Amino acid sequence: MSDTFTMDEAQPRLLDETKQGLVGAPLDRPEGKLKVTGTATYAAEFKPEGMVHGVMLRATITRGKVTGFDETEAKKLPGYLGLFHGPEFVRNPAQGMAGAAPVQPGDRVDYHGQPIGLVVAESFETARDAAARIKTSYEQNPGAPVDPAGVELELNEKRESIQGDLDAAMEKAAQSVDLEYTTAGHVAAAMEPHAGIAEWKDGRLVLHGSLQMVRFNKEELADAVGIESDKVHILAPYVGGGFGSKLGISSEHVAAALAARELDRPVRIVLSRQTVFDAVLRRTETWQRLRLSADASGKLTGIGHEDRVSNLEEEAFSEPVNAASRFMYGAPNRVMRQHISRNHRTPTGSVRAPGEAVGTFALETAMDELAEKLGLCPVELRLRNIPEKHPDTGQAYSARALEDSLREGAKRFGWDQRPETGTRREGEWLIGMGVAAAGRANFLVPSAARVTLSADGALVETDMTDIGTGSYAILGQIAGEMLGLPIDKVSVHLADSDLPGASGSGGSFGASSSGSSVFLAARKIREQLADKLGCKFEELSLGNGEVSGGGKTAKLVDLLSDPISAEGKIEGGKTAKSHFSAGFGAHFAEVAVNEVSGEVRVRRMLGVLGIGRVLNEKTARSQAVGGMVWGVGSALHEELGHDPRTGHIVTRDLANYHVPSHADIPREMEVVFLPERDDEANPIQSKGVGELGISGAGAAVINAIHNATGVRLRHYPATPDKVLEGFANGR
Amino acid sequence: MRPFDYLRANALDDAASKAGDGAQFIAGGTNLLDLMKLQVMTPETVIDINNIDGLDKIEPHEGGLKIGALVRNADLAADPQVRRAYPVLSRALLAGASGQIRNKATTGGNLLQRTRCPYFYDPAMACNKRDPGAGCAAKGGVSRMLAILGTSAACSAAHPSDMAVAMRALDAQVEIRGTDGATRTVAMDELYQLPGETPEIETSLKPGEIITAVILPAPQPNATQSYRKIRDRASYAFALVSVAAVVEMEGETIKQASLAFGGIGPRPWADAQVNAMLEGETPSEELFGKAADTLLAEAVTDEGNDFKREMTRRALVAVMREATGMAPASTGTDKVEALA
Repeated sequence: MSDTFTMDEAQPRLLDETKQGLVGAPLDRPEGKLKVTGTATYAAEFKPEGMVHGVMLRATITRGKVTGFDETEAKKLPGYLGLFHGPEFVRNPAQGMAGAAPVQPGDRVDYHGQPIGLVVAESFETARDAAARIKTSYEQNPGAPVDPAGVELELNEKRESIQGDLDAAMEKAAQSVDLEYTTAGHVAAAMEPHAGIAEWKDGRLVLHGSLQMVRFNKEELADAVGIESDKVHILAPYVGGGFGSKLGISSEHVAAALAARELDRPVRIVLSRQTVFDAVLRRTETWQRLRLSADASGKLTGIGHEDRVSNLEEEAFSEPVNAASRFMYGAPNRVMRQHISRNHRTPTGSVRAPGEAVGTFALETAMDELAEKLGLCPVELRLRNIPEKHPDTGQAYSARALEDSLREGAKRFGWDQRPETGTRREGEWLIGMGVAAAGRANFLVPSAARVTLSADGALVETDMTDIGTGSYAILGQIAGEMLGLPIDKVSVHLADSDLPGASGSGGSFGASSSGSSVFLAARKIREQLADKLGCKFEELSLGNGEVSGGGKTAKLVDLLSDPISAEGKIEGGKTAKSHFSAGFGAHFAEVAVNEVSGEVRVRRMLGVLGIGRVLNEKTARSQAVGGMVWGVGSALHEELGHDPRTGHIVTRDLANYHVPSHADIPREMEVVFLPERDDEANPIQSKGVGELGISGAGAAVINAIHNATGVRLRHYPATPDKVLEGFANGR
Repeated sequence: MRPFDYLRANALDDAASKAGDGAQFIAGGTNLLDLMKLQVMTPETVIDINNIDGLDKIEPHEGGLKIGALVRNADLAADPQVRRAYPVLSRALLAGASGQIRNKATTGGNLLQRTRCPYFYDPAMACNKRDPGAGCAAKGGVSRMLAILGTSAACSAAHPSDMAVAMRALDAQVEIRGTDGATRTVAMDELYQLPGETPEIETSLKPGEIITAVILPAPQPNATQSYRKIRDRASYAFALVSVAAVVEMEGETIKQASLAFGGIGPRPWADAQVNAMLEGETPSEELFGKAADTLLAEAVTDEGNDFKREMTRRALVAVMREATGMAPASTGTDKVEALA
């Protein structure tokens, strides 16, 4: 019925020919009103008959074994329904796109905060009190390293790439830098905490879950619980933020499913904010070494990016710290290398822009230092080192906005007004400007959607999620554009695992991958309409309910005796091999640094980005701005504090884990999308945006701090104490 | 959360008579409710005092002001009498919490809020304040937000209030109604107890006693007031270090100086010796540096909060420079309108 379209060659830019004017338009989200009026039903906001409440119980040792639970005090509480645990319970959430259950450790404890059981009661309050009353006994394993530097490191060959002789290049260089960096661990801290309601209905497990990738999640949940995946039905129509933290099923989904089966009642679990910190995958802290060597003309001769990240044993994920360093700039001598520290801190996984979010701090601030040494403008140094071909793979680049974004950004930001280092002052505030380039690889992930056209309008159906990003908006816009319908004639039904399986939301590939599947489905319908009208496909024109082509015109309703339904399915093909597709851009920041206190305030920011075709100017802008806010957060504020003895996260609420407040983000937060089409990316010529916004944004802030003060900061976040330390160490 | 009885008091007598063992007064609830949800505090009875008449007024009092215990932080910060005569208090209030919290939080509750030490907040961690004799997991842990002065082997928790720091610099008195119905007033240093070996005892309040007002002495018309808070983000963060200053000059010498510090002590921290060594002297960098040396002489720090020494020194020097006219006033002194 539906063949898969493989992206083997560039496709005609059909969306530039269609006339409805929807794609790219800054339309409001169709579900926006529901969200701001509190009527959108998020995962925990259903009330099935007989629902009971669960609270996760956490391990309070770092490594060892659970030897028993004493429920005596809990059992005294009226409404207490029991403690659930067992071999199906999962240690941590599934990594993104795992499609299989995460580690099921039985009674083994691998980190402090690990979920080890589920306490269920008639009310949430009782469940929480009961959880506090249960005494867990353990057998502790004394060998529980939690210092990432304190264990033997594991070389990660997957992230290794070596060309030429970097040591020799460093030796011969006219100028070089060899710098060490650290970045703090981060959490996604989505506004909606992780949550789910599980119930067993008609032999199927129904889960309302806050999840990003329903197609993978049903496999993961089925595998964890031990049933076939067609016996799992997941619904995630609204998700209050994910940022990677909801890519995979989490402990609460498995626990709720198991308890619901045993109790034969729906079980609801909403993780407390503290439990989100304890038990959801975090971004690793990193150690990085960045080497750059250049000849006197400012041409790079060497790039070295080595890093150390953390994760638990048996977790396949490791933060791809050197991701951007592999494709941003060219140099004949290169070392890319990663070591993994296997320790017993909270496990790590994808958090918005894994790799680029932290790797660009090192790369892009090192470029700034090198520019200074060379006596070159930092914009100019970057322009001189844009490689012709992908330095690792030799692939051609598809549309690449690096040069244009640097030039356009410099012009718009007033880069020529950048002061000499440490010379601009307003009272006790020192003012400076910084720049950093942005890059984020673009992916096409298999995705399917069904589009049905009837006399009433069009219906888009896919299990794609909208995690606050705008999927409802853009998928409707693509369908309406292709079928010549005004936006109010298109409805979009998402995130039901019984619908055609989409890419899900992650890696910034959701919009383009699922958007392409909607495009392909609608293209099939256009083919059928051309047939019905009796014109060639190329001649067909649709607009506002009219079909024309080959000199003929008809009303859409007259051609549609029965609804037409088509499924679009896409997967990556030859263009992914011949071309390297990535979003590129440049971030500019102006900061004020307080000479007394070391406090930093961002005064304005500009991101100039090339993301291929913009699908919705408003939601794309929100994504970009959100990413830039994350950049500010990781540069200045966000830091997971781990207890040095247990490894657990001490800063486990939003009062102690500082995301930027409104007062930290300037009013002038400008985003410019360069006109671009990426023909090799997918048939709609678009690319991801959510993670490009964060890539390099923090480095621009750090480079601006240097311009303001003369201080180089290499340990992030650059909190006031670190800035003061920089002052003390000399500017 | 543990089940609890909720009682509403309509008068002070009523509140006092309802208060028994295991009872807790609630006003704004911005701190207590968090602690109850986490089961850090598990009162059996919560007595709502919001309905008691007369505690929500700001009135002239012996040339100064009497601030009722139920006056909301937002209202106190916006009060014209406060903004005019006690700008340091207004600034300190606006530097604290968020708009939503300030709308709810009360004057009395702000004084009595608990430390935000993350180990106190986590019932799985040993804490002498939460569970006397259990030990202190914060020692050797993440110590960024801990105090460096007035701490003990048993506890290093910092008092988190901004408001109380300004009140301390203003030499505010706290009015307390005893269980016998009699009213007494105490200085802030008498209200707050240092942790010593009993960090669970934070104030000199006895069970059933209620703070009814804070009394500000008559303002010094020629003094400059300043509040400077250094924090990890621009809003909604507790102080790493804060300084409240009330400084009066007479010609070229400092006639009177009253400094108080936040973020570094178990209570809003003031050191009479520091004030005394400033008074009668000509302002200079050297003098301020010596004052900082004196202030920090007994400081106990670890790797995680040692930065507070330098940060406190810088804050003290900067505030004194501005208050004495050595440097132009910046945001946060009463000569420049606060942006917050």
